[in-house]
Order: sequence, then C-alpha cells, then structure tokens
Amino acid sequence: MISFENVAYSYGGGELLSDVSLKLAPGSFHFLTGPSGAGKSTFLKLAYAELRPTTGRVTLFDNDVTRLSRDDVARTRRRIGIVHQDCKFLDHMTLAANMALPFTVSDRESDPQDMEDLLGWVGLKHLADALPPQLSGGERQRAALARAVIVDPDVILADEPTGNVDWEMSLRILTLLVELNKMGKTILVATHDLNLIRQAKAQIQARVLRIAKHRVQLAGADL
Amino acid sequence: MRFPTAKPASPATRALEVVPPSGPTAWLTTFTAGAMTFLCVFALALSLASGRLATRWSEALAKTATIRLSAPEEQVQIQTDAILATLATTPGIASYRLIDDDETRQLLEPWFGPGLPVEALPIPRLIEVVEADPPYDSEGLRQRLTAEAPGAVLDDHTRWRRPLAEAASRIRLLGVLSIVLIGVTMAAMITLAARAALATNAQEIRVLRLVGAKDSYIARAFVRRFTLRTLGGAAIGAALGLLGVAALPAADAAGGFLTGLGFIGWGWLWPLALPPLAAILAFLATRRAAFQKLRELT
Repeated sequence: MISFENVAYSYGGGELLSDVSLKLAPGSFHFLTGPSGAGKSTFLKLAYAELRPTTGRVTLFDNDVTRLSRDDVARTRRRIGIVHQDCKFLDHMTLAANMALPFTVSDRESDPQDMEDLLGWVGLKHLADALPPQLSGGERQRAALARAVIVDPDVILADEPTGNVDWEMSLRILTLLVELNKMGKTILVATHDLNLIRQAKAQIQARVLRIAKHRVQLAGADL
Repeated sequence: MRFPTAKPASPATRALEVVPPSGPTAWLTTFTAGAMTFLCVFALALSLASGRLATRWSEALAKTATIRLSAPEEQVQIQTDAILATLATTPGIASYRLIDDDETRQLLEPWFGPGLPVEALPIPRLIEVVEADPPYDSEGLRQRLTAEAPGAVLDDHTRWRRPLAEAASRIRLLGVLSIVLIGVTMAAMITLAARAALATNAQEIRVLRLVGAKDSYIARAFVRRFTLRTLGGAAIGAALGLLGVAALPAADAAGGFLTGLGFIGWGWLWPLALPPLAAILAFLATRRAAFQKLRELT
C-alpha cells in the first residue's frame, strides 16, 4: 500500500528523517510514536504526498510519489483518509456538507443512506446541520474521521487524532479506528499517547513504529 | 435532517459553494471592470472616429486635384487650351472641368462679398481634375504642364492631406494603444484580486486538496466568480459609455474632430463586444493566477 525505501527528508536546517524503510501492508494497524518534533507529522505528510522525500523512494499504491502530477496526487488522496489533530473544515458549510466534501470535489454524489449511517456511527446525527465552529473538539475529531472514511479509502492516516480530547473520547475514537481496521482498512495513527497504544493492543494486533534519532524503528512488544 | 444530496445542486454550483462567499471587497472587481470598459468605449470611439476621418480626408482629397493658372491676360486662353489638351491625353484622369467665372465668384464670395467683378481681376483660372483608378502620375503631369503652359501649377493637395491624415492615424494609434493598455491593466487588476482571494482562502484550499480536489476543481470556483463579476461590471461600464457617446453633440456638416466622435452604423456593435471580451480576459487571467497560486500552496 504505502512503502518507504531508504527515505530521507531534510528541512533547510538538517535531516529530520533518514534511512527510513518500511511497508504498510494492507489491513495492518500501525502506531507511530516519538517525542514531539521528531517527525511524526512529516512522516505522515510523506505518506500522503504532501511532502516528497529528499532522497529515497516513497511508493503509494505502487506509484512512485516523485512521479505523481498534482492531479495524480489528488486522485491518490481519494484512496487515503486523512485525520488531523486540528481538523480543518470549510467553516461556511454544514457538517453534513463537509463530510460529503470528498464526494463533492470528485463530482460524485454521496448516498444519503450511507451518509446517515456514517453520522450515526460517529454519533453526530443531531449535528448534521451545525457549522464546524459550533462543534466541540471531540465532535470535530469524529467528524474528521467520518469525512476521512466516507469515500471508503484503503488507508487511513491519523495525526494525533486524540490530541485535543479527553480520555473517554479518545477511547471512542480508538474504537472507531479499530472497527475500521476490522473492516480491512490499513491504519496508521501518529500519537504520543502510550495509554492509547496499550488500550489498542488489548483489542487488536497493532504494531508500533518509534521515531528516534531520525530513524523509524519497529518497537518491541515492551510498551 | 438535511443532507447535501437532498438539494438538487449541479456539480458546477457546488464547486462555487466550496469557496466561502467573498468579503466586501468583491465589488471592487466589478467596479474596476466597469470603469475600464467605460474608458475603453471612449478610446474605441476615438480610434474609430479618427480612423474614419483619416480615410475620409485621404479619399476626398486624393481623388481631386486643382490646376491653377496664373498668366498674363493675353496668354490665359492659350495656356488654358494647352492645359485642357494635355489633360485630354493624360492617362489616369477620370474627368476634368474648367471652373467658370460664376463658380469662381461663388468660391470667392465669402471673402470678398457678392458682386465681385471677377473678369476685371487677375484671378487665376482653376481647373478641377478627378483622378481615375489607377491614378495619373502627378510628377509626369506636372512636368508636361510646365512645358505646355508655364503658368500652370498642379496642386494635388498632398501638402494638405499628408499632415492631416498623419495626425488622424496617429490619434487612431493612440486610441488603439489606450485600448490595449486598458485591457492589460484590467487583466493585471483581476490577477491581483484573484491572487488575493486565493491567498485569503488558503486554508479552505488546503482542506480541499486534502480530501482529493484537483487544481482544476478549485480553480473553477474562483474563475467562475471573477469571470461573472467582470462580465457584470463590463456590461454596466459599456452601457454607461455608450450612453455617454450617444449624448455627445452630433457631428456637424464640417465634421470637426471632436464633434465627429462617436459610432456610426455597425460601429455601434463594437462596444457591445467589450463585455464578452472583458469576461474572456478575466477568465484567462484568473485561471492563470489560480493555477500559479495553487502550485505555491501545496
């Protein structure tokens, strides 16, 4: 699905990630952890072609990222659901319209029934007509997750999806992610919340990637 | 509960909806387009009028020439005959006509008053020559006339015509240049406005890119908006400009420079072409600006 081969990424200041080689197999559940500033977001951005590697090769669905045109990137993103810590919405459109956005931008229609089911799944049915600024942090996170999965993507990348919410809501979001994984989606969650990782490991087989000293390593079972 | 699919919206309308409604500065684009088109109508009127003037002068004056004969009294008739004989054998002359005393009197009346004893005055004889197509060789005719009738002077109005026609075509050039400048300025202003709008909506654009929107989809919303705004503004500007031109005093018989400003016949259609042209200009300018800006954003 997504594979990194000897990937390095450097900002102007120096190398942030180096010699990263890994593959996200279909249906796998990965956590990505490490101190803030270690490059978790950068890693995710490489994985959805927001950034291109300085050296090495990132492959998304068997396509080399450096060879993708801007339109190819757009098409690839329709197969990747992205959830951010500070979920961004179009504030002038209703929650329902925001959730349907991935359909709207590809000139497709969303199925009203799917939409309703999805809103029910994330527990936001009553807020379909609300504007994003009226939502709480947890509601925004769940809405972002709903938007990420509406087009039935193969991969879901979540960057600190529980960063702004309390423990109870974190668990709820984790449950949603676990359910998605059980449906066969490949999931990568960047988080520094070790409790969340432990909680997940109790439910499914999740692997943990740790960023340390610019490298991404598979962490042992000892968490 | 209301879902987005519940409202029947075409993809194009929805593309417009994904960009937030513009702020209070939106009307500036309309205003600029209106003002520029208004100015353009006048520049157009100026170049059309001066073009007409240049053609009219060139044609009217080019087709006729005058031969002026000043000779001692006893020579006048002999030389007149010689001139007429020469003209009769010169190719490229459609017709020629000796202007008789009555007509001469009429020509001079404005200066000397009625009842002028033309016969008693040493007034030169005038012969009007109308050229044919192809025209006569004026240098050749001049030389032959000098040989046959030393007192004859051929005046083909070149000295008059050239500076006037030159002035008129120079004014026309200025008019065209103004139209081009107005167009370029309008394109520049629309580009700036579009870039500002794109920068203001950078956040929304990022969201759209994240959920898989192509550049062309995002650009569509902006391009449509700016094209329609420009079209509206230009239509108002063109209408006001046309009213302004129509309100100018009508050209009098003398066909002066200023009073001749306006449109004639099909010329009135030119200003009507301005709003669509402005819209095309806005379309291209916004599209270019949008794709450029989008490449900077993600």
